[in-house]
Amino acid sequence: MTDSTAPTVKAPAETFRLGRLLKNLPGVSYILIAMIVVFAVGNPRFLSGVNLSNVSLQAALLMMLALPMTLIILTEGLDLSFGALLGLCGVVIASLLLAGWSVIGAIAAAMVVGLVVGLINGFLISYLSLPAFVVTLGTMGLCEGAALIITNGDPIGGFSPSIQAFYQSSVFGLPTPVLAAVAFYALLWMVLYRTRFGNYIFAIGGNKDALRLAGIRADFIHLAVYALCSVTVALSAVLMIGRMNTAHPTVAVGMEFEAIAAVILGGTSFEKGQGWLFGTVLGVLAITILRNGLNLLHVEPSLQVVCVGVLLIVALLIDGGRKRSVQGAA
Amino acid sequence: MSTPNSATNPATKSAGIAALSLSGDISSILLRIGIICVIGVVLSFVSGSFATTDNFLNILRQASMLFLISSGLTLVIIGGGLDLSIGANLTLSACLGAAAMKTTGQPMAGVAAALGCGLLIGVTNGVLINKLKIPAFLATFGMLWVAQGIAYWFMAGQVIYGFPPSFRFFGSGFFLGVPVPIWVMLAVALGCHLFLARTTTGREVYFMGANEAAAHLSGIPVSRRRMLLYTLSGLMAGLTALIYLARVNAAEPGIGEPLLLPAIAAVLVGGTSLFGGSGGIIGTILGAVILTLIVNALNLLNVSASWHPFVTGAIVLAAVLADTLNNRGSHK
Repeated sequence: MTDSTAPTVKAPAETFRLGRLLKNLPGVSYILIAMIVVFAVGNPRFLSGVNLSNVSLQAALLMMLALPMTLIILTEGLDLSFGALLGLCGVVIASLLLAGWSVIGAIAAAMVVGLVVGLINGFLISYLSLPAFVVTLGTMGLCEGAALIITNGDPIGGFSPSIQAFYQSSVFGLPTPVLAAVAFYALLWMVLYRTRFGNYIFAIGGNKDALRLAGIRADFIHLAVYALCSVTVALSAVLMIGRMNTAHPTVAVGMEFEAIAAVILGGTSFEKGQGWLFGTVLGVLAITILRNGLNLLHVEPSLQVVCVGVLLIVALLIDGGRKRSVQGAA
Repeated sequence: MSTPNSATNPATKSAGIAALSLSGDISSILLRIGIICVIGVVLSFVSGSFATTDNFLNILRQASMLFLISSGLTLVIIGGGLDLSIGANLTLSACLGAAAMKTTGQPMAGVAAALGCGLLIGVTNGVLINKLKIPAFLATFGMLWVAQGIAYWFMAGQVIYGFPPSFRFFGSGFFLGVPVPIWVMLAVALGCHLFLARTTTGREVYFMGANEAAAHLSGIPVSRRRMLLYTLSGLMAGLTALIYLARVNAAEPGIGEPLLLPAIAAVLVGGTSLFGGSGGIIGTILGAVILTLIVNALNLLNVSASWHPFVTGAIVLAAVLADTLNNRGSHK
């Protein structure tokens, strides 16, 4: 009887916390649940093991692009060159493998390409304060052009099968690419939330001048974000050419749109360094499940892109409407 | 490109608005004409077939396409926005216009479909930016993929070709010995120039691009003006789609996307600042001619077409770099 006061005090606090959590969940989480239910009811194959492993493999590559894109958008930036760079790095790896390079050497070369592109982006955006979307649109042209120049527009195939073997391998029954994406998420989470570098990333988006005045080398950190993210994209090229077993110069152009869409779906804002790394995971899952479900319904890939655009607008409408109702209540 | 531009400096902005073409504008235009002359002289040494009337008209005709798609973009950028959807808009407008013309046999149906599609995409961009408060580059970038996706789905791998001669006149015909697209370019340029320089709304667009908050506080209906700009940009993409159809005589879903980077390059090379509030349509004509000349030079030097995106990307980076340095210089 003496304890009876404790639960009554605790209960409101608990519900309050739960309510706040529900209120803070981005609109995409509800869309995600709704989509899973609809697709599972609509097509029994959706929840089959084969399909789920397919979804997770597709999500892995998008995750490798959307997670670094989250960091860049947190700095109030944008990188439109991701897709073209992914294609270029795939071409670089494939052509170097054909030229007799070792797998490690070819991947290292691709990482150097990614680093150079990231440094160009980062230098122009950070040190010279050029607008990110135009700078990265320019480097998108450079990357797409370089990939076309190397390949003359033709896809490259017939390189060492070890890349595909890596993509298809599994550890403890889980596909290696999925484990790689999960490990990458854990790494980025540590960097973003448990290191000073992560704090600075939020601060660059919040107020870069204040960070600079605090004596931090804000420009260098800003540059490093772009450089590291582009190196990650270069690494992701292994997953892409592993999946297709060919390297096509322009096939990945447009993946930057899905990466950006996933970040925005996850509730990361273009302003003031507001964002949430796990939200991006939800965004990636939403886009991958949408495309997979539409695939099972035999909707053409070109229309799937349209659906991703519509999904983005719906999520923004939900979030915008809720933000307005919160502001109205306050 | 490094000449002081009268309109970039807020202090001289009011003077620029009053008299429009002060020495800064004229010298930046003269600089671009000088660049064109230098490239032209070099090319005439490289190739004997360069300095012929036919080749000049050919270059101007190519430049007219690039100019038309860039003209709407120029208006949007002067107003402080950005439209990345113009290339995909052109694609979808051309495909729908071609389909409408083929199924009805009426050129006017195709014209209505293409212009209607362009207009609708422009209005949608305006609504996304105004009502949903999505940043312009993101909204129009999303629209790029949506319009492109619809175009690929709609065409389903087909190419629509063969249009009536009365329609093809607008792309491949001649009037007074000059190709019709060049006349269209001149008409659109005159219209845009008069709008920007001689109408209150046009001057408000400059003000809005230079300082949106101040424009809003001065009682300028910023949302309505922005809507107008994106609508015009969409409409111009629809018009360009028609000229493209009339010239190439075929529609397929890959036509518009390669035009986005050159269009942005033409606007920036033409001296319109990405930061809004300065520039003009005459500069964009010169920018389009400079870009076309560079492509022409690459072709004359037997450089593979694979190099075009690389070169255009480099030009965009150089132009935005020059624009920023120029802007920063005039603020100090």
